[in-house]
Amino acid sequence: MHQTRPSVTLRKIREWCIERVIFLCGITSIVIVVLIFLFLLKEGLAVFRHVGLLQFLLGKSWYPISDPPQFGVLPLVIGSVLVTLGAAAISVPLGVASALYIAEIAPRRIKEILKAGIELLAAIPSVVIGFIGMVTLGPVIKSVFHLSTGLTALTGSITLAFMAMPTIVSIAEDAITAVPRQYREAAAAMGATQWQTTWRIVAYAARPGMLAAVMLGLGRVIGETMAVMMVTGNAALIPHSILQPVRTLTATIAAEMGETVQGGDHYAALFAIGIVLFVITFAINGIADLYLHRTTRG
Amino acid sequence: MNVRTQQRIAISVLFTCTVLVVLPVLLILAIITYKGAPALSWEFLSAMPEGGMNAGGIFPAILGTLYLVGGAILVAVPLGVLSAIYLVEYSKDNAVSRLIKLAIVNLAGVPSVVYGLFGLGIFVIFFGFGVSILSGSLTLGIMILPVIITASREALESVPRSFRMVSFSLGASRWQTIRYAVLPHALPGILTGTILGLGRASGETAPILFTVAAFYLPTLPESVFDQTMALPYHLYVISTQVPGIHEEIRYGTALVLLLLVLILNLAAIILRYQFRKKKRW
Repeated sequence: MHQTRPSVTLRKIREWCIERVIFLCGITSIVIVVLIFLFLLKEGLAVFRHVGLLQFLLGKSWYPISDPPQFGVLPLVIGSVLVTLGAAAISVPLGVASALYIAEIAPRRIKEILKAGIELLAAIPSVVIGFIGMVTLGPVIKSVFHLSTGLTALTGSITLAFMAMPTIVSIAEDAITAVPRQYREAAAAMGATQWQTTWRIVAYAARPGMLAAVMLGLGRVIGETMAVMMVTGNAALIPHSILQPVRTLTATIAAEMGETVQGGDHYAALFAIGIVLFVITFAINGIADLYLHRTTRG
Repeated sequence: MNVRTQQRIAISVLFTCTVLVVLPVLLILAIITYKGAPALSWEFLSAMPEGGMNAGGIFPAILGTLYLVGGAILVAVPLGVLSAIYLVEYSKDNAVSRLIKLAIVNLAGVPSVVYGLFGLGIFVIFFGFGVSILSGSLTLGIMILPVIITASREALESVPRSFRMVSFSLGASRWQTIRYAVLPHALPGILTGTILGLGRASGETAPILFTVAAFYLPTLPESVFDQTMALPYHLYVISTQVPGIHEEIRYGTALVLLLLVLILNLAAIILRYQFRKKKRW
């Protein structure tokens, strides 16, 4: 007894220390989220010394290097929204349909191949997708619509639609697979065909998860930077059609940060755009997470 | 309309949609391989760029990406695995653990360019690391943290509770139990997540734009406080910033980057498959 006691105390101290360290690592994620927000505020709020909040959010001109500079992000917000809506119009129906096919209809082996294909798509770096969009899709859009440039909002939407696909398909597929088997059996017992079961029962039951999938996919689209910068033509003007070049919030930060003076107004304005993006994606992910948990419980 | 015809039409529509999703992936791979393969040579992989990046190789970009990814893993794996251990083995279902989970979800959704801004603000300027490999690695490491945590959590959760019970009943402490009865069984899953994180980090451009990446450097980096070229940024530069680069060099660079990322992902998939096959519980 007397011999073991010191080692027992030692062990307890060791356990306590390890537990503290692990706890600290555990809360890193919270610390990082807070730090990101604080540093964006620290660098970005300076812009509001010269520009009002409303003038910043609703200003129609983004001329950061003219004299005096104008920091209205409305053209960029419209650019992001336009590209995102376009991408949603393509990726939501295609993505949900693919998820239904993969989860409910495809035979096992085909299912595995399709899932590998989707995973492959998720793995391709955005700069590679941007490059391919630029050299293959751009010229096609240009000649189909007889435009002077093929780098337009539509090109961006199509490119981004495919980048959102892995997120939408895999999360929607999870939601569909999570629908209890009894639902399908009950439907079959009532004489429903496979399609009727899939569409009216399974898809219906998986709605919250599919909604979360769509939101997370769109979150990815809004935040995507490199590909969208390479294929949308980068004109910071309010577009009148989807066939015109646009510039998104993300692309503006990436393209202009290199030209700014650290601590200057332009620099601060780009961080302020970062705040806008952070808040948008935070809201999207928070809400999507809520829906996601609703399905797992049901 | 007959229900059977209806079903047949519906299923064909779903199938067409799926093909429309998967086909472009194969097209992208095929185009890049077809046009990029002629550029691949030992010289292309091992030589410095020459003639305004229009000749020679892309060695500094490849090396730079390896440095950055290595650094990112050094940051993210210890933090991520310990964080997952906290969530699975220590925390109770309380406000703190729910907040951590929410934070992880949000970190995963933060746009990559915002990570770039964060890295610029905190590492480059606040800590004074400058535009350097250190700043870039830290930024990339934080960006892939959610990937590592999520994979590690799944791996730890897949270890049966009974393993822990047996270990406790033999008088092992909580840490001993984790160290000897849980971690060894979760290791393949954690490794899979790590490799996926590697793949993600090696392809990302936006986080390294303002924290480390150099347009062109005549020499290789010598310390962690130096800038470096990086593969994804190099592809961006030669395809949009410098006019008149030979198509072959562009596609070749894209192919090298793609191969790097795909090999990592393939390794992760094989590892996961082997692990699932061997799992006995």
